[in-house]
Amino acid sequence: MAVTGREKAWRNDAVAKVTGRARYTDDWKVPGMLHAVPVYSEYVHATLRAIGTDEARACPGVVRVITAQDVPGTCRFGQIRRDLRILVDDRIRYFGDVVAIVVARTRAEAIAAAGRVQVEADPLPEVLDPETALREDAPLLHPEYGDNCVVHHKVRRGNHQDPLADADEVIEAEFETQFIEHAYLEPESALAIPRPDGVMEVLGSMQHPFSTRRFVAALLGVPLMDVEVRSVPMGGGFGGKDDTAAVVCARAALAARLTGRPVKMTYQREWSIRESYKRHPYRLRYRLGMGRDGQIRGAEVRILADAGACCSVTPWVTWRSTVQCCGPYRVPHVRADVLGAYTNHVFTGAMRGFGSPQVNFAVEQLIEMAGERLGLDPVEVRERNLLRQGDVTVTGQVLDAHVVSLGEVMRLALEDSDYRAKRARCSFGDPGRRPWYGIGFAISYRGMSLGAEGTDANSAILNVQPDGSVLVEAAVHENGQGCESAMLILAAEELGLPLDRLRYRQPSTSNIPDGGTTVASRATLMGGGAVVLAARDLKARMAEVLAPDLGCEAGEVRFREGSLWAPDGRSLPFQEAARRMYQRQQFPHAFGVFRAPRVTWDEETGQGDAYFTWVYGCQVAEVEVDPDRGQIRLLDLWAVHDCGRAVNPQMLLGQFYGGMAMGSGYALWEQVIHDKGRIQSLNFHRYRIPRATDLPDFHARVVEHPDPLSPSGAKGVGEPTNELAAPAIANAVYAATGRRFTRLPIRLEDGR
Amino acid sequence: MRIHVNGEVHEVPDEMADRKLVDFLREDLDLTGTKVGCGIGMCGSCTVLVDGQVKRACLLTLGTIHGRQVTTIEGLAPREGLLHPVQQAFVDAGAIQCGFCTPGMVMAAWGLLLRNPRPTRAQVREALKGNLCRCTGYRQIIDAVMDAARRLAADRGEADEEDGHDGTIA
Repeated sequence: MAVTGREKAWRNDAVAKVTGRARYTDDWKVPGMLHAVPVYSEYVHATLRAIGTDEARACPGVVRVITAQDVPGTCRFGQIRRDLRILVDDRIRYFGDVVAIVVARTRAEAIAAAGRVQVEADPLPEVLDPETALREDAPLLHPEYGDNCVVHHKVRRGNHQDPLADADEVIEAEFETQFIEHAYLEPESALAIPRPDGVMEVLGSMQHPFSTRRFVAALLGVPLMDVEVRSVPMGGGFGGKDDTAAVVCARAALAARLTGRPVKMTYQREWSIRESYKRHPYRLRYRLGMGRDGQIRGAEVRILADAGACCSVTPWVTWRSTVQCCGPYRVPHVRADVLGAYTNHVFTGAMRGFGSPQVNFAVEQLIEMAGERLGLDPVEVRERNLLRQGDVTVTGQVLDAHVVSLGEVMRLALEDSDYRAKRARCSFGDPGRRPWYGIGFAISYRGMSLGAEGTDANSAILNVQPDGSVLVEAAVHENGQGCESAMLILAAEELGLPLDRLRYRQPSTSNIPDGGTTVASRATLMGGGAVVLAARDLKARMAEVLAPDLGCEAGEVRFREGSLWAPDGRSLPFQEAARRMYQRQQFPHAFGVFRAPRVTWDEETGQGDAYFTWVYGCQVAEVEVDPDRGQIRLLDLWAVHDCGRAVNPQMLLGQFYGGMAMGSGYALWEQVIHDKGRIQSLNFHRYRIPRATDLPDFHARVVEHPDPLSPSGAKGVGEPTNELAAPAIANAVYAATGRRFTRLPIRLEDGR
Repeated sequence: MRIHVNGEVHEVPDEMADRKLVDFLREDLDLTGTKVGCGIGMCGSCTVLVDGQVKRACLLTLGTIHGRQVTTIEGLAPREGLLHPVQQAFVDAGAIQCGFCTPGMVMAAWGLLLRNPRPTRAQVREALKGNLCRCTGYRQIIDAVMDAARRLAADRGEADEEDGHDGTIA
């Protein structure tokens, strides 16, 4: 049953947000609250000798200056390696490392005093290039790990010793991508409140309450039960409010513990960009072997990611790049090596796309270069190689458990955009024409949710009240994407209730099990799966108790239109059903768990069923290039994605448009500039995200093939929409200029 | 100094002349709908109207707005429980995701419609270019402003002009 109209948008938090009443972390105030700010040093790589805090402590309003020596637990933490310093205790490893925290009565007083903290340190040689970092003689960032190599993933498939042995033609190319910033509009913020019961309560702008709780508990040295992290509205995350946001929460909690008072720590934009992790810059080297029949025979791939100063989730990001390293094509022989290296740059971690935008930028140009070599147009070379129903991926996974709609989404996107007619008009650098015009496209497949990178399960609680209203909660986090609304819609559909009978209860870490991070486009798939299973369990319980009232068997009771129905047409309003449940001492309460189906992975060979299901997409870009002024204008962008099922259509389209915008920024404008390890692009005047005037009216089409392995039929869409614009635009710029652009962002002077 | 905010008058001492308007709104008046995204006037999250003009509250000090009328997002709806037509249009168009840019975006949109009641889509984009949004790609925000213009025109008894939204569910 569709519970929202298909035309009008529905979100449970829309009115609160549009009236300004929604309370984000920095909007909260509590009595006795102090303010904390971070203290940075000017070093990029240096051994810490001493931190002079006397002057800062003497400043007006200052309550406390905190350094690593004050930490009751551990300063060193991380989701994979514990190499991230919540407060520097030995060595400064990047420009955003925090050496102290100043706590004062007001934020202004704290900021003034932070400038008076003195850092004494002995500079160390800086490692600013990932290739250099992997050399034997490179200075080590974290000597305890023996080298600067954070991870080395492999794919060894077919004749992997000589994967190009069968090739008639070999196409070689190198690609380079840049650091980019998530640029969530709300900078990091945390409010920590020491509760009388001994629990540290934390509100924060973070997208992973459970990971945040681990960071807080580690820094304070307390068990998880002594920290309660609560969700409040968050001003965007895009993968970026995991580690750094958790660290900000942990520091606020430390300040609250040491002062015994509530402490708020809200970041300025400059601190946020200086300290927070970025999207990994990649260097990608490909040798693609083609047969004269236009089929890919093999591939040799080497990818190196700049991990920056600590590990964060680099092994997971690069793992997705590994699994998807050859794009959505059949490639029988593969040798791929994907590495991450420590450097003294800002560290890099999760960002919407998570290792796929870099790879797609390379592969989707490479396939067209291969086609050109063989005299095949961009459509034909893909038609001959793209993955179809029952095909095998480069990791040996057979795609037969869901509809493999890659060919379909490509066909639809080309039709929607009138690609073939427009292709004939492309300039290819014709010197007699101004401005130049080009159209290009890119396709992708994407493994859903975490895959073999982690344990993947989620839970949901449905709690029917005695009046028949329903509280819904799931272990997913509202990042702004509308996942609470999706959970409510799925519960309402399953229970046959109108949406105004359900309310989302924002969970805290203390009342629902750890369901992992709200990342990897997994909220609707995993949280929604848990909600659907909880609702089915709830219905079974209610049917069992109330079937006699309806004169039928439990298995015959149906929930629709706000009532329970027997086959003979007898019915019981849901509200009355709830009342009778309580009356009979049967709580209408259900706890649903969705466990991702089994995935497998062999780290040595890079073979396995990496993800339990996949999604498919295609985007088409049109550009106009003015070679005299060096300008590229994005004229149009079309997207077609198969997301399983559209749960909340207008919000789904919002994910399309937002992903396409971010992908356009990646292609054309965005770049975090470092100068000898020091970030220069510290605010929006130096870091250019797309503005309303930069973008056209995007076009979106949703394809629905409900997934048999997803309880709701839905899959994910947040990331797929953000992984195709850059290669589509690069291919369009090629069609306009006749030159290839292998570096991001695309600059006309780089063309080859 | 007399600072008028959403129809209320606040007497503030002259020593506060250098206080930023955004801090005054958020910290002193608890009007936290006005957000701080950059602090340098580049993101538009703190957009308010001053005498009907679109302004960045992070760039204004109280001294510069003495005697002038400030309207924040909290002062836009006609009364509690009702939405302003621009707000309703944002809700209906799916123009809201994380919501952090939304109050500023709504104020900038309303400021545009005050001076240009029937803008083209290109004019809406131009008017909103100082308001950053990272979530929506602006598409549904532009739809919302066009829809708000239509609703307001209908309220004035003017004829409708078509402006389609072509997102498709196949």
